[in-house]
Amino acid sequence: MIPQSCVLVVVIPLIFSFLNLLFGWFRRGLCYPITLVALALSFLASLHTLNTVITSGTIHYYLGGWNPPWGIEYVVDHLNAFVLVIVSFVALLVAIYSKKSVEKELPEKIVYFYCLFLLQVTGFLGIVITGDLFNLYVFLEIASLAGYALIATGEDGAPFASFNYVIFGTIGACFYLLGVGYLYIVTGSLNIADLSQILPNLYHSKVVLVAFAFFLVGVSIKMALFPLHVWLPDAYTYAPSAVSALLAPLMTKVGAYIMIRIMFTVFEPYFSIELIPVTSILGWMAAGAIIFGAVMALAQIDLKRMLAYILVSEVGYITLGIGLANRNGLTGAILHILNDAFMMLALFLVVGAIMYRSGKREIPQLRYLHRKMPLTMAVFVIAALSVIGIPPTCGFFSKWYLILGAIDANKWVFVAVLLISSLLNVILFFRCIESAYLEPIAEHSSVGSELAITREESPLTMLIPILIAGAGIMSFGVLSGKIISTIIQFAIPIGF
Amino acid sequence: MFDFILSKYNYWIYVILMMIGFYAMIGKRNLVKKIIGMNLFQTAIILFFVSTAAKRGGTLPIIEHGHGHGAHAIEAAAYINPLPHVLMLTAIVVMVSTLGVALAIVIAIYRRHNTLEEDEILRQQK
Repeated sequence: MIPQSCVLVVVIPLIFSFLNLLFGWFRRGLCYPITLVALALSFLASLHTLNTVITSGTIHYYLGGWNPPWGIEYVVDHLNAFVLVIVSFVALLVAIYSKKSVEKELPEKIVYFYCLFLLQVTGFLGIVITGDLFNLYVFLEIASLAGYALIATGEDGAPFASFNYVIFGTIGACFYLLGVGYLYIVTGSLNIADLSQILPNLYHSKVVLVAFAFFLVGVSIKMALFPLHVWLPDAYTYAPSAVSALLAPLMTKVGAYIMIRIMFTVFEPYFSIELIPVTSILGWMAAGAIIFGAVMALAQIDLKRMLAYILVSEVGYITLGIGLANRNGLTGAILHILNDAFMMLALFLVVGAIMYRSGKREIPQLRYLHRKMPLTMAVFVIAALSVIGIPPTCGFFSKWYLILGAIDANKWVFVAVLLISSLLNVILFFRCIESAYLEPIAEHSSVGSELAITREESPLTMLIPILIAGAGIMSFGVLSGKIISTIIQFAIPIGF
Repeated sequence: MFDFILSKYNYWIYVILMMIGFYAMIGKRNLVKKIIGMNLFQTAIILFFVSTAAKRGGTLPIIEHGHGHGAHAIEAAAYINPLPHVLMLTAIVVMVSTLGVALAIVIAIYRRHNTLEEDEILRQQK
């Protein structure tokens, strides 16, 4: 056991991000391997951390040897370690994938791209690992600032989309900071574990209520919970494909993680569920997000924009699990953090690969792709089935737990919402699959030989992450029982 | 009532400043005005944090000749709280970088659209 493993998870990408800038100055080609090494090391460290947590329980790491509540403390329990592994693994896959697409889309900015990429991952990992509310704010802003810059490098509409994201993201982060300030006024502490000890005596204080409200609104903006999602579709549509593949699976999931932490660790479940009816409000907002996201996705022709709206609806699923606030619902929510990260990763990677090969991204233009890129499209179908929720894929299991949770909570409306959204997703994805697979070939082949379909699979550096993501979707589905029994059942906050 | 406002005037200024900034961020159509609003919003938060640290009659949290002579009890009420100030140092750094990123993005927008009016940009995008 390496005692520093949990701090290495964050420090390695941070240091390598600046090494990137240094070595990139001399030779651009070095950036890609440096990034891969950093993320691979970080992934190994996070795996080691998860392993340590499973065998010997929660890890407390005091930075610089200062004891909490004065110093900053990293606390890693089952929930953290689980999300850490997801974040570092997804980031590694996207980094492998990014080689070709960055060379094509941002040929002059490779050095800065990888520098920001690693900073972005540092931000995500730091948010997840820290046990200090103010430190969390700093990491949240590191992640957001890197994200703004990365999104702004995209195609034509990207700077404006990114600007809107800056405005919304800043409001979100400032609200979060105000929440921290209000809690500090009444408790005099910033440490999460310390706060959860002090706060129960102050639950009826108005200041605590205001702080809680600021936290929730701030985090909801960051995780794009309907109706605060307006920045998301534009930003993720116009971003370079490697950037949307990194941000789409992770930013929203990390936001969901912060929400779970604040509602059930900083505050006790008793406060969030019984004292103020915030979970039921969240449940209804989530139901709105699920339906709205799916309906808006139906209206899109642009494949990437459609995925962005599906992401809005997926955020709804996770929030619904939090809003149900019972054991099954939270199991579903935490499992969905894993499943949705991989589903969104696979979908955005595939769309990026399609755009790389053909430059096309509208649904009617997808035809014959199953002949040109059979493996890529196979992964697209697997991910689509998973979003719909067909049994062997992982999407089914988290939906199953969410439905069980809704039944436990006696909220039949939410069961109906979950089923309707599955039906909407069927329509959504069969539109794409129909256009890709079922377009008759005979009528076009008579036109001329220039339409002869050649096989143009995506390049190997893109194909490997896509296949791993697809395999992940299948295997997490098969192994979901094991994941729940070894990790998630301990990750559910105390009090359920 | 008047007394209530006057005795906590710094918090009232924080609220008013924040609302002005918030309005500018949401309501103004010019991108640079939005950024100015964002800056006001963030500055209001700094004011809020610094206000929470202040104490009437409090002095700097430095103990004179403290080393070795620190055995006597320290009266916390006589010193202003340094921690919010330190937090704000970090927050100021974050806010400056946000401002920098926002301004850089505005330059990129201006290069592509040749305008900073939101309506005009939206019209061009259609």
